[in-house]
Parts: sequence; structure tokens; C-alpha cells
Amino acid sequence: MDKFTSHTGVAAPLRRSNVDTDQIIPAVYLKRVTRSGFEDGLFAAWRNDPEFVLNQPAYAQASVLIAGPDFGTGSSREHAVWALQNYGFKVVISSRFGDIFRGNSGKAGLLAAQVDEKVVNALWEHVEANPGAQVTVDLESRTVGAGEGVDRIEDSFTIDDYTRWRLLEGLDDIAITLSHEDSIAEYESRRLAFKPATQ
Amino acid sequence: MGRTLAEKIWDDHVVRSAAGEPDLLFIDLHLIHEVTSPQAFDGLRLSGRQVRRPDLTLATEDHNIPTTDLDKPIADPVSRTQVETLRRNAEEFGVRLHPMGDIDQGIVHVVGPQLGLTQPGMTIVCGDSHTSTHGAFGSIAFGIGTSEVEHVLATQSLSQARPKMMAVEVTGDLPAGSTAKDLILALIAQETTGGGQGYIVEYRGEAIRKLSMEARMTICNMSIEWGAKAGLIAPDQTTYDYIQGRAHAPQGDAWDEAVAYWDSLGTDDDAHFDKVVTLDASQVTPFVTWGTNPGQGVPLSATVPVPDEIEDANEKVAAERALEYMGLTAGTPMRDIAIDTVFIGSCTNGRMEDLRVVADILKDRKVDPSTRVLVVPGSVRVRLQAEEEGLDLVFKEAGAEWRGAGCSMCLGMNPDTLTPGERSASTSNRNFEGRQGKGGRTHLVSPEVAAATAVLGHLASPADLPETVTAGV
Repeated sequence: MDKFTSHTGVAAPLRRSNVDTDQIIPAVYLKRVTRSGFEDGLFAAWRNDPEFVLNQPAYAQASVLIAGPDFGTGSSREHAVWALQNYGFKVVISSRFGDIFRGNSGKAGLLAAQVDEKVVNALWEHVEANPGAQVTVDLESRTVGAGEGVDRIEDSFTIDDYTRWRLLEGLDDIAITLSHEDSIAEYESRRLAFKPATQ
Repeated sequence: MGRTLAEKIWDDHVVRSAAGEPDLLFIDLHLIHEVTSPQAFDGLRLSGRQVRRPDLTLATEDHNIPTTDLDKPIADPVSRTQVETLRRNAEEFGVRLHPMGDIDQGIVHVVGPQLGLTQPGMTIVCGDSHTSTHGAFGSIAFGIGTSEVEHVLATQSLSQARPKMMAVEVTGDLPAGSTAKDLILALIAQETTGGGQGYIVEYRGEAIRKLSMEARMTICNMSIEWGAKAGLIAPDQTTYDYIQGRAHAPQGDAWDEAVAYWDSLGTDDDAHFDKVVTLDASQVTPFVTWGTNPGQGVPLSATVPVPDEIEDANEKVAAERALEYMGLTAGTPMRDIAIDTVFIGSCTNGRMEDLRVVADILKDRKVDPSTRVLVVPGSVRVRLQAEEEGLDLVFKEAGAEWRGAGCSMCLGMNPDTLTPGERSASTSNRNFEGRQGKGGRTHLVSPEVAAATAVLGHLASPADLPETVTAGV
């Protein structure tokens, strides 16, 4: 996984709440057996609408998504994270994320930055007033920033310490766990004998 | 201080705990299906890793599986590739697989309990958010993403931050005619889709204790629909009676040892919950959704909500969008909503009790001629049991389609889908936009409401049905 320290990019406002993972990528697009090529399925039902935010030229290069509350609820499909990444997103900002989606993001290297709802509203207003405006998300200082002068928006975002550390270092989760292989083996040796086995 | 059921299970599975890090939990059972596993096995291959515990891993095919023409290869080449990929991976890594055509094939969350692999006090994960179903047995069970699937395959463990604890106290008794599905839909409407976020939820109270195992599975299945990390119910005699004698249940002395352990797991009287919510079961009536998330529901006797009367700005906009997508007018009585397709099945309501109650209602009745009705068993064994009881004949006689086992119309990934604008009453768990097919409109209902709706062609409960000719004979 690549290290993530800070990202600055065009931010697209997605003014919707409860964007579940079926909206992010419908099930019919989940049939690939690779981690790439899911960008076609991203927000598939909405992409036909010329008014949809990602169809507007100003947001063509968007890499930061600013979404309403409860983004990524529902299905556990990590394909939702891959679809966002395959499309070019590096960061999603929301006031509340679905638990599994947030976990998947941390594993796959997409930054899910949780901010106060008023920050989402301020960012929406800023990027809509200045289409194509950039937003900076700094993982080291845990801040989001946009605009200049009196209109400057700068606020903090929440991410758990462990995920932040892993993203900053670009660490492979499995390798970290396997470094504690002796603890796993020790646990296995004292596991209750009546627990079921599949074979 | 005492501990909750979930805290006891959690503590018993901690492999490693360190300040500033999530706990490393041992995983007792890892369930796998074809959609969320291919990239995980690929990851193992790329890094030269093996499946650490194939003996704690079980795979089945469910999401892509057609429910007709079961003797033919899967027509969709992409679906077929995904299923064949699972078969190759299972063989290469030594994982037990129940493929199409196998007697133990079915929806992963129906198969686990059916085999007796789902037991109290376990940690159970699967790359599927409805893994919460297994919490009905008093286990910590939750859905994971594909990176985590790979992690569990390689290490049989998972790094997890300890969630907060919530109690859902269900007081009173469910009235006759109200079901577990109505109860959980009412709870989600009360708490909203994000209400459970960050919590493991324990469903408690007399009404819960009186539920059968299958009804408890319906409740726990939908924990994720209000955002909970997991949902669980303390094991009791109902749980033990369900497990005993199943293929993977402990036997002899091991059974006694297991029961003694399971009996020790219940939440202590002085345990602390971070949050407690209550629901009065005696007030629960048949409940249906009108919108595009599972929290947008009302009693069947109510009307489609008026967005302008909703105070929360986000909820109001969401309601407006939902009504537009659903093609509904505010103020319309829910019972006046005509239904094109009724889907009975899924990991929420595709078990024997569900099929029996539907058959009871459809017996000596005909489905509305303008309504398509699919009855899809959750597993091959459920199908065979239903056929042994003659339920298939009741369904077919009534004019419903009796299908093979699988996820079917729950998620629009196999041939069973809605067409744009088509409206369903569905016993499944999600009414998201396009969930059952692009442009499809879903109303979540109980099996009882689904069956009555099938007969009348509009949303209805069994109480709305005229008596059958042979009733009382």
C-alpha cells in the first residue's frame, strides 16, 4: 500500500445522505475477480444523468468526494472502495460513515475523513461557489482545508490512531499480524476443544 | 463489575492486546462466498501465503446462483467465472465448498446454522454484511471487506477496535399477527439507519426470549441495517434445542462441556451498557417500508409520509428523493400500493418457518393474477424439507413460482431482478435504490405480509384476507 500523508485535489460535492454501497456500486458490477476496473460501476444509476455532479466538467478531475451523512452504509462490498479508487478518488469526507466501509477504506488506502456536519456544509458551499476548487486533506495534522483569506475553511477530521499510522506508513496489515504469529499459535493451543471444525 | 455477553465473548477471543492498538481477535468460523473472496485468494497467491485454518473455513455459492435451470451451467459468463474462481480457489487452498448441486449449498447465513457450525460464544465473520444473522446464537458475528477476508484467511484473526455496548430492551409481548420482521423494521425506523453505529447490540427482554431461533435470526440479520457492528441474543434452551443433533454440534461429554460454557456467557446483572434503547413489542403491528433505506418504514395501517412534516433537513430531502424514486404520493394509504412482484426468501426470511407461514396463508387461495410471486428457499435442505412437507405444491397451486436455493432477488446479481419501475414486496433486508434491479422499487415486508400481498395484489396483512372456502372445515 502506498503511503498517504497529504492530498490536495479537486473536490466534488455529493449532496446526498445515506449513500449506501449499493448506490456506490450496484451488485451487477461486482462480478470481476480483480481489484481493478470497477470505475464503470461507480454511482452507476446516477451517471446517466447529465446533471449528476461527476458529469460536470468542473469536477472531471475530482479526487476528493464530499458526501452527506451515513456514506457507505449497507453491504460489506470492498468493491465500493475500489470503485472510488479506480475512478480516481483519494479521499471521502463525510460527517458519518458506515462502519464496514470505513474499515475497508483504511485497509485499501482510501482516506475516509470524518468531519463535523457544519464542515461538510461549508465545504459544499465553497466548492459549489468555486467549481473545480481544491481541498487539502492532511493526514499528519488531521485537518481539511480549502479557500483563502476570510473565506478560508480549516477544520480537523477524525480518524482512529491506528488506521492513521498504518496509512502514513503504508503498512500491510497482514504482515503486521503475522509478526505476532506466536501469539496466534499460543491462542490456538488453549482454544476450547468443543468448538466446531468444518473438516 | 460484571460484563455483557458480547464483552465475555470478545475477551475470550483476544489473541493480543496492546495500548493504542486494536485487539487482535481469533476467528472461530470464516464463511466464504464467491463475490467477496476472489481478490482475497489472489492476495494470498501474490504474497505466497496459505490459508492458516482451512478447518475453520467454509465456502458456499449463493449470490450469483440462478434459481431456475439448475441443471444447466450459469448462463451469464461473468457470474460463471466468479463461481468457477471460487471452486478453483477452494481446491487450491483446501477449503470445503458446497457448490451448486450440493445438498448443503445455500445462502451462507442459512447454511452455517443448519450445519450446526454456528454456536454460542463464537466469533464468526464473512465477507457479507448479513453475517450478523449468526448473532442469534449468542455469537459475535459481523461482515468484513475483502482485505479482511484475506487477513482472516492468512492469520485466522482480525484486528478490531472494541465497539461500545448497547442493549435493546424489548418490553411486552408481540401481539398475534405481528412478527420478528415487523419488530426489527419498527426498531430500525425508530433508531434510523445510523443509530447502531459503533455498537455491538444485544437484543433482550421477554419478547426476544419467546422468539424461535429462526425469528431471532431475522432480528439479528438486520442489525447492520441500523448500522450496528453486530447484533446478538443470549443463548438459552431454545438455542441449545436448535443446535443439538446437528452435523457439527458437540456430542456426548463435549455437549455438556459446551452447554456449561454457553450458560456462563449471559450478560451479568451488574454489567454496563454504554447505551440502552427500548421498544414496546406490544405496540408493534405489521410494518412495511415506503422509502429507499430500511429506516424509512411505517405501520401497514399508516400512510406514505409527507416530507414537509419531517423536521430534520437531511431526512426531509432524503424522503423527497425516496418518494420520487419510489413513485409514491405523500398521504397515500400503504394498503393502496399495488405490487407487481412478491419475493419470499433471502437470509432474512428464507427458512422453514417463513415458508410454512406463507404456505398456511396461500393454502386454498390464489395469488393475484397481475402479481408475480417468487418463493425461494434459503438452502437446498430448506427446499427439500419444504417439498417433504408438501409446501411446494401449495405454492404452485396458488400460482407462485417455487425456485432453487440462493440469494435470488434480494440483490439483483443473478437473473432474478426487477425491471425499471417494477414494484416489489420483499421479505429481504434492503430497499436501496436499484437493490433488486436498476429502477426497481422495493417495499420490505414480513413473510405474512408478503403472502397476503401476493393474494390481494396490494400491500396487505393476513387479517385483510377473506376467509377461504375450506376454512374451518
